[in-house]
Amino acid sequence: MTYDVLRIYSGRRYLMAKVTLEVNGKKVSKEVPDHTLLSVFLRDNLNLTGTHVGCDTSQCGACVVHVNGKSIKSCSTLAADVEGSKVTTIEGLAKDGKLHPMQAAFKKTHGLQCGYCTPGMVMSAVDLLQTKKNPSDQEIREWLEGNICRCTGYQNIVAAVKEAATKM
Amino acid sequence: MKSFNYHAPKDVKDASKLASSSSAFLAGGMTTIPSMKLGLASYKDVIDIKNIKKLSGIKVSGKSVTIGATTKHAEVAASKDVKKAIPALAKLAGNIGDAQVRNRGTIGGSISNNDPSACYPSACMALNAIIHTNKRSIDAEKFFTGMFDTALKSGELVEAVEFQIPEKADYQKHPNPASRYAIIGVFVAKHKKDVNVAVTGAKSCVYIDKDLSKKLSSNFSSSAIDGTEVKSSGMNSDMHASAEYRANLVSLYTKKAVEAC
Repeated sequence: MTYDVLRIYSGRRYLMAKVTLEVNGKKVSKEVPDHTLLSVFLRDNLNLTGTHVGCDTSQCGACVVHVNGKSIKSCSTLAADVEGSKVTTIEGLAKDGKLHPMQAAFKKTHGLQCGYCTPGMVMSAVDLLQTKKNPSDQEIREWLEGNICRCTGYQNIVAAVKEAATKM
Repeated sequence: MKSFNYHAPKDVKDASKLASSSSAFLAGGMTTIPSMKLGLASYKDVIDIKNIKKLSGIKVSGKSVTIGATTKHAEVAASKDVKKAIPALAKLAGNIGDAQVRNRGTIGGSISNNDPSACYPSACMALNAIIHTNKRSIDAEKFFTGMFDTALKSGELVEAVEFQIPEKADYQKHPNPASRYAIIGVFVAKHKKDVNVAVTGAKSCVYIDKDLSKKLSSNFSSSAIDGTEVKSSGMNSDMHASAEYRANLVSLYTKKAVEAC
């Protein structure tokens, strides 16, 4: 919700919004400038730096997180816009120190090299398997159109998603 | 990104009251937010319409499919009602951008932005859509007025788009491999009396190819347009496709669409 007050933020005066979200199962509430992106909110305000920002023009998909269970690009979404939502980031996948099946599959099939695109790839792929239990290679490639990898190549990423599909 | 004031009104009246010459309505934000981040646009007020409940949803009557402005592409693509009434429209929605864009982007946002390469405007034109705003109802052919330009006036907000259910229809797109925008998109709709061939991506604004439409109206088969020359004058030419290439794609994709009907 928007507070009709001006606050000093980084030396400038901005209209501030109080944003309350449930992030990885924990309720968080922060007052941020109205124009704060969800990616900025997660990284700078909550220190959840697993969500990466690659292109900043919503094409690369490194910033993909789940909002109410659906994958979205957090660099093109306002934090205030998802007020009250449940957000899951890459940090929220592993449970009790055990990798999520998708993370384990990326590790097993060498689905990552530099790892920059990986958080977005994993979050996007988890969303795919929520709706399609055993996707074909073609369906995986089409679903990952919004996630760009510049070093691993897509072969092993597709293999990782197929591997994870047998475990999820 | 330059700072702005964020508003999330609960009804159309309040949204309209907040609008000014330096405001923007925000739906999915898939164009608005990147444009603001790149410095191509800046606003004093951003008016998020997500809380206006009546703007979302899909209704099918005997003759038309009405889609609320804030209905997301993913919802249209997955809708059993749309798939049954106008399968080509569900197919179009399911191929816009990528999965994450489809989870946020909306039909109202797409047509209000009127990107010359956007998919939805071609469906509006071919399916004789009526655009319902908070002030009036506008025929699609009068709504899309030019590149990134529409008949919408300041404070006017798209509430829903009403598509006429055709006998048959199909949409064929040649996507830019990076952005998934249409280098060429052709929406062919066969109605009871005539056929509409709407083209997006080719020129500065979506249009109906009257020549192709007329030929298909008298004979709805791909051979009916054999030898029909699509002129490249006025077509976009860029690093992805020359005007001549686009002109060729228009006739090729029109045939593909007719054959898929």
